[in-house]
Amino acid sequence: MNLKKTPLYEKHVLLNAKIIDFGGWAMPVQYSNVIEEHHATRAAAALFDICHMGELEVKGPRAFDLLQFALTRDLADQRPGQVKLSALLNEKGGIIDDLTVYKKSDNSFMLVTNATTREADFSQISGILRQKRYDCVLEDISEKTGKLDIQGPRAQEILRQSITADLQNLPYYHFMEVKIMDIPSIISRSGYTGEDGFEVYAPAKQISIIWDRLMEAGKPFGLKPAGMGARDTLRLEAGMMLNGQDMTRETTPLEVPYGWLIDWKKDFIGKPALEELEKTGSEKKLVGFEMIGRGISRHGYKVFDGKKEIGVVTSGTFSPTLNKAIGLAFLDADFSAPETLIDIAIRATMAQAKIVKLPFYKRKK
Amino acid sequence: MSKPNPADRLYSKDHEWLKYHGDGTATIGITDYAQEMLTDIVFVELPAIEKEVRQGETMAVVESVKSVSDVYAPASGKVIATNKILEETPELINKDAFGEGWIAKIKLTEPVELKTLLSAADYEKLIKEEKH
Repeated sequence: MNLKKTPLYEKHVLLNAKIIDFGGWAMPVQYSNVIEEHHATRAAAALFDICHMGELEVKGPRAFDLLQFALTRDLADQRPGQVKLSALLNEKGGIIDDLTVYKKSDNSFMLVTNATTREADFSQISGILRQKRYDCVLEDISEKTGKLDIQGPRAQEILRQSITADLQNLPYYHFMEVKIMDIPSIISRSGYTGEDGFEVYAPAKQISIIWDRLMEAGKPFGLKPAGMGARDTLRLEAGMMLNGQDMTRETTPLEVPYGWLIDWKKDFIGKPALEELEKTGSEKKLVGFEMIGRGISRHGYKVFDGKKEIGVVTSGTFSPTLNKAIGLAFLDADFSAPETLIDIAIRATMAQAKIVKLPFYKRKK
Repeated sequence: MSKPNPADRLYSKDHEWLKYHGDGTATIGITDYAQEMLTDIVFVELPAIEKEVRQGETMAVVESVKSVSDVYAPASGKVIATNKILEETPELINKDAFGEGWIAKIKLTEPVELKTLLSAADYEKLIKEEKH
């Protein structure tokens, strides 16, 4: 199989990264090792190639109406320059994607999708567009858009070496359109690590210029390139879910910690199905756990209460910051209260774990 | 770069080393090349004492942040000792795979199997090929 390559692929090879198949993309899993890259992100800063993620553009007089109906979150109070996380559901209330909505103006939006769901998102939203005939245009701009994440407590200082804009006063989940080395870019204060940090969008053809610039400017601040391995341990510690792993199209926002993404006052695709489910209450819940017994629980390991199977681990790893094994599990709702003890089958043995509140890690402000 | 593979022991194609003590017992670990491939080892599952292991079968498990890897018995035998320190400090394998990072000692039940293992020089060749 031919793996897709990001515009930064050659950079990773030169940095001696270990390259893996990441949902059809040749991505760096690590440059030095996961733990070092993880700690660099929490203590200083790290740079991630995120060009594999998707970007869709919605433009036109009724762009807002399309998104307000397609997505679960209320966008009526969204200001230009603000980012909102939302869910895109199918008619059954299942999650197609969790995506971010960038409002540039009343008739211009950018959606940032997961890498593996980009096509499904496009087809779902264009289906709604055809049916409702809203006066707007949906375009997949992923191929021509590059994306870098610079994350960590020193990220702001590093970015300030390259732009004059006032990052200090950019609130969380807000963005600015700026120029980095004359390259038209979007800088958003957001990320997937639980640290302060930024997501940077620029034309794919020029993203490597920005990569080089940030790598150079970041040196005195302890910036390291970080791979998909550290991205995964960082997001899990921060209690953030991974689409396709912690949720699928069979999962509803009521079963995972995404209830807050639903605005019941408006109409949106999937709402009637969710209303039905809301009446009966969800039987399953996604919860955080930490290991008490020895071992590391991994994706797919079965969870038991004594001999009764009650669910499955969706994400599990060793947490470098907390120095213990943590994870997320999709369980019978009866077992979802914090402090509940569960057993996880690790190979031939059963290891005890307990349910804990998310997130596992919260940075000090 | 991995550390040189000591000539005083034998190697499996699966990157375990075995040091025969001349008295029917042997110490087993994974090679420096193997720990380098795994990177940051954060968990080791040791075999039970008295466990009978057979050549090529899983006798221990080492995990990095991202991966779970079986350690195969390079020869058949009965486990007589395990390196318990690894349960608290699994990173010893990263630091000293050929020394303090040893995994288990076994009493060989099929000493003839030692002939199927590789010398340090042959193992060296094998990992050179793997790198290409």
